[in-house]
Amino acid sequence: MSPPRTGPDPAPDRTAAARPSAAARVRRRLSGTGASAAAIIIAVLWTLPTAGLLISSFRPEDQIKGTGWWTFFSDPSLTLRNYEEVLFGGTSTRQLASYFVNSFVIALPTMVFVVAIAALTAYALAWMNFPGRDWIFIGIFALQIVPLQMSLVPLLSLFSDGLTIGTTQVLPAWDLQGAFQFTRVWVAHTIFGLPLGVFLMHNFIVQLPKSLIEAARADGAGHGVIFRRVVLPLIVPALVSLSILQFLWGWNDLLVALIFAGGSVEVAPLTVRLAEMAGTRGEEWQRLTAGAFVSMVVPLIVFFSLQRYFVRGLLAGSMKG
Amino acid sequence: MAFDIFAELPKLLWLVIAVAAFLAVIGVLLLAVDGGPRTRYDWWQATCFLAPAGILLLTGLVYPVIRTTVLSFHGPGGDTSVGWDNYVWMFTRPEILLVLRNTFLWVIFAPVLATATGLVYSVLVDRSRYESIAKSLLFMPMAISFVGASIIWKFVYAFRPANADQIGLLNQLLVWAGGEPRQWLLEGPLNTLLLIVVLIWIQAGFAMVILSAAIKAIPAEIVEAARIDGVNGWQQFWRITLPSIWPTVTVVLITISVQTLKIFDIVRTMTGGQFGTSVIANEMYSQAFRYGQLGHGSALAVFMFLLVIPLVLIQIRNARRTREAQSL
Repeated sequence: MSPPRTGPDPAPDRTAAARPSAAARVRRRLSGTGASAAAIIIAVLWTLPTAGLLISSFRPEDQIKGTGWWTFFSDPSLTLRNYEEVLFGGTSTRQLASYFVNSFVIALPTMVFVVAIAALTAYALAWMNFPGRDWIFIGIFALQIVPLQMSLVPLLSLFSDGLTIGTTQVLPAWDLQGAFQFTRVWVAHTIFGLPLGVFLMHNFIVQLPKSLIEAARADGAGHGVIFRRVVLPLIVPALVSLSILQFLWGWNDLLVALIFAGGSVEVAPLTVRLAEMAGTRGEEWQRLTAGAFVSMVVPLIVFFSLQRYFVRGLLAGSMKG
Repeated sequence: MAFDIFAELPKLLWLVIAVAAFLAVIGVLLLAVDGGPRTRYDWWQATCFLAPAGILLLTGLVYPVIRTTVLSFHGPGGDTSVGWDNYVWMFTRPEILLVLRNTFLWVIFAPVLATATGLVYSVLVDRSRYESIAKSLLFMPMAISFVGASIIWKFVYAFRPANADQIGLLNQLLVWAGGEPRQWLLEGPLNTLLLIVVLIWIQAGFAMVILSAAIKAIPAEIVEAARIDGVNGWQQFWRITLPSIWPTVTVVLITISVQTLKIFDIVRTMTGGQFGTSVIANEMYSQAFRYGQLGHGSALAVFMFLLVIPLVLIQIRNARRTREAQSL
């Protein structure tokens, strides 16, 4: 319900009407029906698969397995049993609630680590004065192109054997048990997230006005103080963007978790468990459908509530290699 | 055994301790920075600020790249040198050639179709009344995991024998059209194309967001001038919109191509690489971590890296050209 426009401020509308974008004109010229029909068809194609799985996840087991989810509309019956069973029920190996916690325990610290280290690094590369600065930046930028796969075997053996040069043990082996096993996943995710993280933060930080930093320097502030008091408050939107992206990457990742967390209920995240279920229990649709939605609920909440920042982060990072 | 919240406490405790310890270290670092000597160059401060990232990247990326390259010339256990054998193996074994062919199919189809869909859709919904909702619908798959997306599509492709009710949408459509249901994921090379559909479904939203921003940035004067010249919508798309955003289109194409080369989750979740659907990334994982063939796995990783490099070089050249154009 919107009140009739009589106010004195139609200015934004007027500019919007006077300068429609190129695409708006194309759309108008391609003329209504055909274009809208095409748009609607694409939108339906993109939404229907998810909708089908969502509807199925609330249907009783025998119905999921016996009839298509579209019969729900002629014969609706809803149940929460699938969710209850997949989250808490059954034997200990089947409950997803534990894996759900693991996903959080993997994604949250990684997010903090990457964002903090990336901000520090980006600040140094943008505003500190030391020779070789540009080369270090180019080096980190170039590391974006290294596929994870190049790093998996050596990194895993670094964790399990440590590093020995000659006869000197440079890095000790990490023999981690229980909850401490998360450490390896955190470190691995942080390493893989850093190059793009530094690049994104650098894009934002380098655009801060030079006069601001110089004025603070002239007042005698060191870089630690400038970073904390001047830079951090100004780059909050960038921090939020990177946090969201990094959280979602950590949450949605399968490969890093497979290698560094293994498949145990102690540390494996939802994605690992779901991939396993899809392989070994591929026909248990009541578990798979509910399980898939359990894993999607957090990303979807993040997405719909913080879409603006998510998009901004993607736009800033779209030059990523 | 029911879900036991107390069993989860050690994890949460370790999470809190680790994050607190990390932030404490960063805090100390920030304080230490200003306690150091003041010189013309910010040596001391830069070292403090760059140390965490430097240590992590050197041990986690730089050293492993060298090590993996070395391993690719070694045997299964990584101790005996075998020369180029791993690479010869890669290009002579039929099953690995199939893997390379599949990767090629992915890189041809996924980026082009995802970008095309994103472009067409962003033009179609631009400035329409429902633009933001319409965009969210296409963009939503970007937020969910590849594993989640794979399960969504596995359900679409699900198969039931002809005498039973179909539960997979694709087979039901086929049956309604008078056809026989098919085991989509078992028939090569069709199954690879059906897996590619999943990546297109995920990435079209990304293409749409980036391209939509580029379209909105086209100067109104150009559009105005074209309209006065009397071009129709179709001509305007091909002669004005597309040429104006072409640099962005290539950026999107290449970004998706690079991601496609590394695609792993979809193949692993949907078919496990069986039925002739494996790709380089999945084969690398299988060789190195399931069969213990470190040499084979490393050679595949190196090959993937070599494929990514030219794409990224094009990307960097484009970025520099755009920046120069902007600064003129």
